[in-house]
Amino acid sequence: MSKNDVTRRGVLKTGAIAGAGVALPTIFTASSAAAYMNEPTGGSVTLGFNVPQTGPYADEGADELRAYELAVEHLNGGGDGGMLGTFSSKALKGNGILGKKVEFVTGDTQTKSDAARASAKSMIEKDGAIMITGGSSSGVAIAVQGLCQEAGVIFMAGLTHSNDTTGKDKKANGFRHFFNAYMSGAALAPVLAARYGNDRKAYHLTADYTWGWTQEESIKAATEALGWETVNAVKTPLAATDFSSYIAPVLNSGADVLILNHYGGNMVNSLTNAVQFGLREKMVNGKQFEIVVPLYSRLMAKGAGENVKGILGSTNWHWSLQDEGSKAFVKSFGTKYGFPPSQAAHTVYCQTLLYADACERAGTFNPCGVGQALEGFEFDGLGNGPTLYRADDHQCFKDVLVVRGKENPTSEFDLLEVVEVTPAAQVTYPPDHPMFAGGELGTCNPGA
Amino acid sequence: MLGLNKKDATLLIVVAALTLCAPFILNPFPTGSAMAQFNAGYPDLMQRFIIFGIFAIGFNILFGLTGYLSFGHAAFLGVGSYSAVWIFKLFTYNVIPAITLSVVVAAIFSLFIGFVSLRRSGIYFSILTLAFAQMSFALAYSVLSNPKFNLTNGETGLQVYADDPQWFHRDSLPDLPHLFGLSMRSTYSLELGAWRFDFNAGYYLCAVILMIVFYLAIRIFRSPFGMMLRAVKSNQQRMNYTGLNTRPYTLAAFVISGMYAGLAGGLMAAMDPLAGAERMQWTASGEVVLMTILGGTGTLIGPVLGAGFIKYFENIFSKINDTVLHNWFAFLPDGIEDFVVFIVHPFIGKGWHLTLGLLFMLVVIFLPGGLVEGGQRIGRLLKGKKKAPDSEDPEHHPKETPHVAE
Repeated sequence: MSKNDVTRRGVLKTGAIAGAGVALPTIFTASSAAAYMNEPTGGSVTLGFNVPQTGPYADEGADELRAYELAVEHLNGGGDGGMLGTFSSKALKGNGILGKKVEFVTGDTQTKSDAARASAKSMIEKDGAIMITGGSSSGVAIAVQGLCQEAGVIFMAGLTHSNDTTGKDKKANGFRHFFNAYMSGAALAPVLAARYGNDRKAYHLTADYTWGWTQEESIKAATEALGWETVNAVKTPLAATDFSSYIAPVLNSGADVLILNHYGGNMVNSLTNAVQFGLREKMVNGKQFEIVVPLYSRLMAKGAGENVKGILGSTNWHWSLQDEGSKAFVKSFGTKYGFPPSQAAHTVYCQTLLYADACERAGTFNPCGVGQALEGFEFDGLGNGPTLYRADDHQCFKDVLVVRGKENPTSEFDLLEVVEVTPAAQVTYPPDHPMFAGGELGTCNPGA
Repeated sequence: MLGLNKKDATLLIVVAALTLCAPFILNPFPTGSAMAQFNAGYPDLMQRFIIFGIFAIGFNILFGLTGYLSFGHAAFLGVGSYSAVWIFKLFTYNVIPAITLSVVVAAIFSLFIGFVSLRRSGIYFSILTLAFAQMSFALAYSVLSNPKFNLTNGETGLQVYADDPQWFHRDSLPDLPHLFGLSMRSTYSLELGAWRFDFNAGYYLCAVILMIVFYLAIRIFRSPFGMMLRAVKSNQQRMNYTGLNTRPYTLAAFVISGMYAGLAGGLMAAMDPLAGAERMQWTASGEVVLMTILGGTGTLIGPVLGAGFIKYFENIFSKINDTVLHNWFAFLPDGIEDFVVFIVHPFIGKGWHLTLGLLFMLVVIFLPGGLVEGGQRIGRLLKGKKKAPDSEDPEHHPKETPHVAE
């Protein structure tokens, strides 16, 4: 049998030891000498490319990774230099960043916010990455952006289209080059009005998650401003593969436009179902029935095949653009990989260059210095015309492309044609726009 | 010691030593060397080893002892995470209330699901738990995250925002989960020659909790209650015929293992204040089954080993890319180098699932008792002893273990 002798002295002693034990590790925290998180000390600097290599957006992820490798090659002075030659800022000299050779580590986000954060954390903690970039979904981008803010590194967002990334979830350490749902709506609306008239009844099918909602909200607001009527907006589960049961009610709703707020595999399936139901041949209210896909990508167009012909949507960039920057990028990407880059590849390539350039101009890798160099930065020559990195929300403002599925594609990559280039001024919104309200940038966090 | 027999006490001491020295054990290669790729001693992964170890220990109390295969345990982990993050959002970043609440909520949740699911056994039980877990996932992913009633923040995951109330938060405290002011992120790096070892506060909190729950698991395994659960596994019908109602026992086991899962979820949120719906998905539930089987079902240490094994592959192998491979094989002539990289390529990077799958098959076919059996075989080889007759157990019944009073 055990015997418990609790004495006053014993309790005090145990308490003191336990207290010292709890307090001990705090001594360690003060010992860090670096000026900021993962300050590069050797002859090289490590960037973390965090993209989906498995899961629904693996195709986009693979294309992003190709573009990252190309960007690193160009930064280190290899290849033909790509858009380094056309970029309006000439701070980059092809000798790495600030004279340090650029190295990179890659990780798999699996398009899950948990896995993406784990992968990003291992890059920061183990590999000493000074900047994290990537993501092919808004949920993941927002989750990783939050992590980078806490950890004190810069996050350069990849393919993320939700308003929230630079809206209610914006962070001082996060920057987005890609356009967003509001811009899609603002760019599409005038084209829709010109082609389909001001008296239309729209029916929305929306993927039931953050991006879907902001997309629906944006396009609804833009089309209702034209005078369109929203008949119904139905949420569809993200995991759905068969949309027949959602398409059937559209026929009897009296709507004459179907708007598919879907992305990736969802959009491929819902569009295919809609076309199979013969929606596009129907006449409703004496008007031709139309389908609109607010966010388009070439990889999606490829998946949907014949069905995309003539369908309107918006996109961030397309390889058929004829400005110098786009031509240089398509050329060096094509030379290396044998096919033209997607918009995902383009945006991450630009992000890498913009980050490197900001470091050069700031003369430091310190996230606060880099952030300052990016805020309010105006540049050109990266394929989207004159662009502004707005300081208020770290969102890029540039022209948006309205595209249409091509009727007679000449190759398997020539699937979209540019209908109109909507100028940046038309898609610009005030930083306190209600769709972006809530949340604040906070202050930059250099870690350490 | 502590009511354990000598063998169990040794096991507990070994586990304690391994967890406390993990920063050394997991970083065997000098930083900067080519082999540093295989180092696993950075805070995030070490925390994950421990957290999933706790998750698997809890799962093993249900699956290893009663034989009830739950395919929905990730739901409890997710519920635990969400409750912890809500505590962070509403009250304080201190991890103690968050972890406590996550265990309590997971217990209530598992009581409900267990009460319904345990009316059936075998495959029907598995399907019921799977259905509940998928339901929770769907609820968290979209239903409970609509703008009007946002409980889970859907795809993005529940995060703490600057404008959250946090009633008990003071400015002097770190803006991250902390234990009475000690941030879970604070890390002390010890540089020893070419080596670097990271000692992370959050990791050591997890390690201490692991030791406590591991001790509890030993006590459960050796208790009369544990014996009753084993009896359920060997023949539940016979138990019923003797006039004994087994359901309270199985339900208790279910709730205990749900609480372990909730604890793991709470710890996960405490290490990284974000709760994503994906941690409730059926793949996450399947993962813990794999961990337990890979390590050794019904053994004490097995699930922890299995958890470490799977997390190591997920985090280390998935990060090896072609560039790394080219560096490794740079000494080979060009043509052969490309060929070797081409052969290895499918098994690394995004192919880590494939490597893990192959290893899992090998373990299940050749070591049906999991990694623990592998360890025992090696142990016997080293000692040079003949195969003990009691290990000739083709059906892998749970081994008889000494009663606690012995």
